[in-house]
Amino acid sequence: MNFLLPPDQWAMLFGGLRTTILLFAIAWIGAFALALILVIVRATDYRVCRWSVDAFVAYHRNVPLLVQVMFWYFAMPELLPEGIRFWLYDHNAEFCLAAIALALGSAAYQAEDIRSGLRAIPGTQFEAARALGCTYMETMRFIVVPQALRISLPPLVGRALLLFKNTSIAMAIGVAELTYRTREIENLTFNTFTIFGIATVLYLLGTFSLMAFGSWLERRATPGRKERHHA
Amino acid sequence: MTQSVIVRFDKVNKWYGQHQVLHDVSLEVKKGEVVVVCGPSGSGKSTLIRTINALEPIGNGSLTLDGIAVHAKGTDLNKLRQSVGFVFQQFNLFPHMSVLDNVTFAPIRIQKRSRAEAETLARDLLARVGLAEKAGSFPGFLSGGQQQRVAIARALALQPPVILFDEPTSALDPEMVGEVLQVMKALARDGMTMICVTHEMGFAREVGDRVIFMDQGRVVVDTTPDLFFDAPDHPRVKRFLSDVRGEH
Ligand SMILES: Nc1ncnc2c1ncn2[C@@H]1O[C@H](COP(=O)(O)OP(=O)(O)OP(=O)(O)O)[C@@H](O)[C@H]1O
Ligand SMILES: [Mg+2]
Repeated sequence: MNFLLPPDQWAMLFGGLRTTILLFAIAWIGAFALALILVIVRATDYRVCRWSVDAFVAYHRNVPLLVQVMFWYFAMPELLPEGIRFWLYDHNAEFCLAAIALALGSAAYQAEDIRSGLRAIPGTQFEAARALGCTYMETMRFIVVPQALRISLPPLVGRALLLFKNTSIAMAIGVAELTYRTREIENLTFNTFTIFGIATVLYLLGTFSLMAFGSWLERRATPGRKERHHA
Repeated sequence: MTQSVIVRFDKVNKWYGQHQVLHDVSLEVKKGEVVVVCGPSGSGKSTLIRTINALEPIGNGSLTLDGIAVHAKGTDLNKLRQSVGFVFQQFNLFPHMSVLDNVTFAPIRIQKRSRAEAETLARDLLARVGLAEKAGSFPGFLSGGQQQRVAIARALALQPPVILFDEPTSALDPEMVGEVLQVMKALARDGMTMICVTHEMGFAREVGDRVIFMDQGRVVVDTTPDLFFDAPDHPRVKRFLSDVRGEH
């Protein structure tokens, strides 16, 4: 098959796409888990906790992502114990450090989204649950968090799209993801228009799938979505 | 006939900062009694009933529910709250759950009863409040009156010996007040112990056993509905009654 590009270049591109997807998936899972932790830590009564989370969020919102990624790649390994450093260099350090930097950056934003969802739940919901005999944890689990996540869903989908696109920044430290491979093939062949066109389509396929998944989730999470059709 | 006391306030005081909102409140509610609490805005009615299930802490004094000291250290509040229903002015249904799930939530999640058992009970309760056909609906699709009736069914689902109402009809459009009062009256006639903060005089007269009038954090009058409405002897009650009647 020689459609638009020779097979070996398609293979390179798809290898890049695979790395992009993997980087996105790992960074997203890490970011979401960390965001939940940040929200919980931020909700405690200790000033130190609140300040640390706020500082974390402020750093990641105010420093360019490219700088954050480079910082992790060029500066952080110096601070790591030798054992971990060598392990990293043996295990695709670029990929690991890019994933960490991307995850931390996205976590800061996701934590803010989840927090504003939680804030949107009126205290009366809390009271209604307590009046039925729910513990604090039961109230959070069954009443507050499900409603808060529903509210946070649209901004969280937006963050996921952003993270997917931002994986391209990892090329700056040599991660062989989709944009990196695209540039590589372009340098080789000067087939600029075709190769960037293909890359664009591949990114769009990714973001459109995410958007479709997001709106499916939103529809599922809307109370009474079935009734609306009858109404 | 000896009626057992189910709620007892003994010299209860409560402050918000410097401001005293409950003053030496002492009163008893017996099993099966329907007690109506009224009084001007800010007199402490909500505070009074919210201390019964410890949604509000008290300053000092003692408050027992079914013999249990509500505000004592070591009282398991989550357990205690299962034995007292609470109906809010603003309904406070859980908007992300269907009507049926609102009613089965506490029996299943808190009391760990089986879903089948909880659903049978919930459908029975929804029929009692006249909303059997709304089991699958979501709160956002119901009128205020319907939501409040669901809230009553939800409060009853734990089969509590006593149920508290904080102005259950004041957030409703006038044409929906009747349907909620009807449900409450039926409950009262079934022998439910009820403490209701309400200004619905018809309700108090028809099913009330006692009326408690509060003013500035004190229980000023504790009497029968007939005496309260027909022969008020307290100047504040007279003024209050003419205000309430004037509104209509
Ligand atoms: N969280 C609070 N902090 C400070 N003061 C409060 C608080 N809640 C109520 N109060 C005050 O306590 C007093 C009693 O309030 P409460 O809500 O019990 O009155 P109420 O009789 O229910 O009035 P209403 O008819 O308006 O509902 C009022 O003076 C009110 O301003
Ligand atoms: Mg009140």
